Amino acid sequence: MTPSEIFRAGLRDQNPGLVQLLGLCPLLAVTTSLGSGLGLGLATLAVLAASNVLVSLVGRALPAEIRIAVFVLLIAALVTSVELALAAWLPGLHAALGIFLPLIVTNCLVLARAEAFASRQPAGAALLDGVAMGSGFLLVLVALGSIREVLGRGSLGGDLHLLFGGHGAHGGIHLFGEQHGFLLALLPPGAFILLGLMLAVRQAVRARATAATPQAAMPPEPVGRVRA
Amino acid sequence: MGAAPEPAFRRSGRAALVLLFCAVLAFGAVSLVHEATRDEVAAARRARELARFDEVLRGLRYDNDLLADTILVHDAELLGSNGPVTAYRARLGQEPVAVILAPVARNGYSGPIELLVAIAPDGKLLGVRVTAHRETPGLGDEIETRRSAWIESFAGRWLGSPPLPRWKVRKDGGDFDQFTGATVTPRAIVSAVANALVYFERHRDELLAPASTMPP
Repeated sequence: MTPSEIFRAGLRDQNPGLVQLLGLCPLLAVTTSLGSGLGLGLATLAVLAASNVLVSLVGRALPAEIRIAVFVLLIAALVTSVELALAAWLPGLHAALGIFLPLIVTNCLVLARAEAFASRQPAGAALLDGVAMGSGFLLVLVALGSIREVLGRGSLGGDLHLLFGGHGAHGGIHLFGEQHGFLLALLPPGAFILLGLMLAVRQAVRARATAATPQAAMPPEPVGRVRA
Repeated sequence: MGAAPEPAFRRSGRAALVLLFCAVLAFGAVSLVHEATRDEVAAARRARELARFDEVLRGLRYDNDLLADTILVHDAELLGSNGPVTAYRARLGQEPVAVILAPVARNGYSGPIELLVAIAPDGKLLGVRVTAHRETPGLGDEIETRRSAWIESFAGRWLGSPPLPRWKVRKDGGDFDQFTGATVTPRAIVSAVANALVYFERHRDELLAPASTMPP
């Protein structure tokens, strides 16, 4: 695969959040604000890129029986390291992400890319795939987090100081008072509904693009659907 | 591999060795990271706790090491926790200026609510903060300072103002506001704070004792 194909797959055609629907649990649970969505997205991106490279380096040398076990071990070690680093240098973000940080281990996106892509590809391509898939996931986290924060709290980027330092919880853009927020957007059902709407928009855009181009030029969507 | 297929036991033995090797490597790497971040993690945790104490003490001055000057107290009924509860003592000079208790309100709407309650030596409340809860967003979470100033209504209160029987939400005939649509949460907190004050009254001497008389 060429780099542009890898990026097209990660960001659009096989976007982990909107097409493969991988890692739904953190996707829905953490995205109550732009800041926490961005934080978890970056952490996942870092873990995914690093695990892809490591898996690509060792994958083919491993006996088939223990391949998955070693991948899980690698991913767990990486996630633990990222968690410790965040606890040391970004304690606010560490507290905001809570249990979902160690749970990156169980994000099937990471293991899925290790097994389906990185273990069969050279390190460079695996790194690109990790960055592309991680960015695709990050974009969905940030989009969903922004929508939910605006609807639910009437602000945008109100807790970005957790990531980038600075003082107080009064940064970001304020649109209206938090007491007028649309509470459902912050609750888990609201997350499902909004993600559903995002999926619908994506499908509509895709359908329009398909209708606009001749069938021959637009191959059927190559979706590798995995259960999340 | 050679011409003859490898025997199964040798194959699995080799796989086990590789797995062991990987496990040792991963363990070593995580240990290194842990070692490299240990001091920062401890410092960050300490800074976070001290920031919370500053909030609950409302800027009260003290000059001792709050996190070291502690005693463990135990009262399942009044402090809401079956295990020991830490009491932190703030002092200026050698004089005690505040005791911070960390009681738990067990009858929250969805699970226990953890509190910090700062009490002056004369039994007046300096401040109350919620440190952990799972109350309904938008209804019960007005106990957070981020959402409303309700929790500030405890500052300056003591067991004579209002008298103990009126340490209830208004709906139950007490002096404290409840929130629209959420009575259980403030009710739980009001009673937990009152219980903490009762505990303080009963154990004042023990709580305010100088650090030096503590058993090591």
